[in-house]
Amino acid sequence: MNTQSFVFTGSGGQGVITAAIILGEAAAIHEGLNAVQTQVYGPEARGGATRADVIISTEPIHFPKVVNANVLVCLTQEAYDKFGRIVQPGGLLIVDSLYVRATKNTEARQVMLPMYETTKKEIGNPVVFNICVLGCVLALTWVVTPDSVLSALKTKIAPKYVDMNSKALKLGLDMGEKWRASLGPVAAQKEAAKIKKS
Amino acid sequence: MSKREVRLMQGNEACAEAALYAGVKFFAGYPITPATEIMEILSRKLPQVGGVFLQMEDEISSMAAVIGASIGGLKSLTATSGPGFTLKQENIGYAAMVEIPCVIVDVQRGGPSTGLPTLPAQMDVMQARWGTHGDHPIVVLCPSTVYEYYTLTVQAVNFAEMLRTPVIVLSDAIVGHLREKVVLPELGELKIVNRKMTTVAPKDFLPYKADEDGVPPFVNYGTGYRYHITSNNHDEGGFPATNNHQIADSLLRRLHDKVEKRRSEIVITEEIMTEDADVIIFAYGCTARSAYSAVEEARKKGMKVGLIKALTLWPFPFEVLLKYSKQAKHVIVPEMNLGQLAGEVERTLKDCPVKVTRLNRIDGRMITPEQIVSTISEVI
Repeated sequence: MNTQSFVFTGSGGQGVITAAIILGEAAAIHEGLNAVQTQVYGPEARGGATRADVIISTEPIHFPKVVNANVLVCLTQEAYDKFGRIVQPGGLLIVDSLYVRATKNTEARQVMLPMYETTKKEIGNPVVFNICVLGCVLALTWVVTPDSVLSALKTKIAPKYVDMNSKALKLGLDMGEKWRASLGPVAAQKEAAKIKKS
Repeated sequence: MSKREVRLMQGNEACAEAALYAGVKFFAGYPITPATEIMEILSRKLPQVGGVFLQMEDEISSMAAVIGASIGGLKSLTATSGPGFTLKQENIGYAAMVEIPCVIVDVQRGGPSTGLPTLPAQMDVMQARWGTHGDHPIVVLCPSTVYEYYTLTVQAVNFAEMLRTPVIVLSDAIVGHLREKVVLPELGELKIVNRKMTTVAPKDFLPYKADEDGVPPFVNYGTGYRYHITSNNHDEGGFPATNNHQIADSLLRRLHDKVEKRRSEIVITEEIMTEDADVIIFAYGCTARSAYSAVEEARKKGMKVGLIKALTLWPFPFEVLLKYSKQAKHVIVPEMNLGQLAGEVERTLKDCPVKVTRLNRIDGRMITPEQIVSTISEVI
C-alpha cells in the first residue's frame, strides 16, 4: 500500500464521522501508518449531508481531502446523489441497500449490502450501524486489521458497550466476506488479489 | 527513553493541549463553530491544573475577562471564529495599548458576517492585522498542520508574555477540525517564556517604564504596587497624557519597536524544495498543504517549483521573499480569500523582476493541488 483514500457519507447522526475517526486511529496508532481525517457537515445537529474523509498512507500526507476515493460509502440517498461520483474507476462503492437506490452507472464496483437492517435485526440497536459499516469496509479492503479497529474502539466507548460494538464489527466483516464469496470462486480470488495489490 | 505516545489528534485539541503546556491558566470564551472544541477541552482540563474556565455571556466580555485575568498574573487565552473575532477587536486594541499579554485563537470560517459557519476560509488575514483601530502592533501565527497548531500555540503564549502584547493564532476550519497523526513534545522540550516581573520596590515602580528591549516589567495587579491602567495615551506612570505630543509619539513607537526588535525570533517561515526553484508558491494555513502536494506533483513533471510556507503572517515575512527575488521568476499566492496576503507579496516584490500571480477560492472548499499545478503550468 502507498495511499488509500476513503470517503464515508451519510446523514448527520449516523456516525459516519465516528467511523472515519476510528479507521484513522486504527491506522495511525495501531498500525504505524500515516493518517489524516477531515469532515464536512452542515450547521444542523442532526440531518444534512455529512462527509468524512480518511487518507491512509505509508508516505506523509499533505492535501487532506479525497479527490478520487478508493472506497466510497453512501448511507443515504442524498449522500449518494451528492457524492456518488467521487469514487475512482475500479474503486469500491459501498451503499446501504435500505437507504440507497444505486442508479449511477459508475466504473466502480458497486456493493449493496443490508447493513442497517442486519444491524437492527441481529443486535437490536441501530446505534452501532456505523461499526457494522466499518466491518464491511475492512472485509472488502483489508486496509487495517479488525483487531486494530477494536483497539481504537475500546478507547472511545464505555466498557459495557464493547461487546455490542464487537458484534457489529463482526457482522459487517461477515457480510463483506459473504459478498466476496457470492461472486463465485474465480471472481472472489480476483477481488482478493486486487486488495493485495493495493 | 520512554516510547512516545502516537495520537490521531484534532487541530483544535492540539491547540487546547498546547495552551496547557505553555502554562495558560485562564480561558474565557463563547462557543462558536469551528472553534468550540478548544473551549470544551479547556473547560474540562483547566480546573484539573488549578486554572479557571469561564463561559461568558458574549465574545466581547470574554475578551475583557481574558485581559483582566492576565492583569492579575495568569497566562490567558480565548478562542473564536470570524464573527466573534470581530466583536473582540475593541478589547484587542485595548490590550495592545495597555500592554497586557493575551492570546486569541481565530479558527477562520467563511464570511463576511456569519457567512459559512462550518466551512473553511482564510478571510481574516487582514482583520487579524488591522481589525482594531489605531496604528497598533500585532503578532499573527498561522498553522498548517496539527503539530504546528500545537507548537505555534505555545509560541503565541511565549511571544505574548515576552512582548506584553496580544498575539493571534490564525487557524482555519480545516486545520482546526483535521485529525492527523502526531507525537507531541514532552515537557521541557519546548521553551516556555514567562513575563518579566519588576524587581523594584513599590515606591519606585513605574508601570510603563520600559527596559532596553522596549518591554516594561510586569506586576500582578493588587499586589501592593500602584498600577494605573488607561487606554488613553499615557506616561510611564500609567496616567493619561492626552495632550503631550512627545509622549504620544514615543509610546506608539515603542509599542512597535518592541516587536520589531525581536523580529528575527518572531518571523517563522519554512522553505521547501526552493533551492533551484523558478516558481515559488507562497502559502500559509491549510492552503500550504495543497501547495505542498502541488509542489511534489510539479516536481514529478520536472518543473522547478518550491514552497515558502509562512507560519508568521504578521509581521509580514518579507525577508524570505526578497531572498528569492533574483532566483525565482514567478511567485504564486494561493489563498482562500480574494487576495489578502497577495497584496503584501506584490508590495514586497514591486521592484523585482518577479511576476506575482494570485489564485483565489472563496466557495468554502480548499484550493486543490490540481488547481495550483494548473496555475504553475499557466505561468511558466
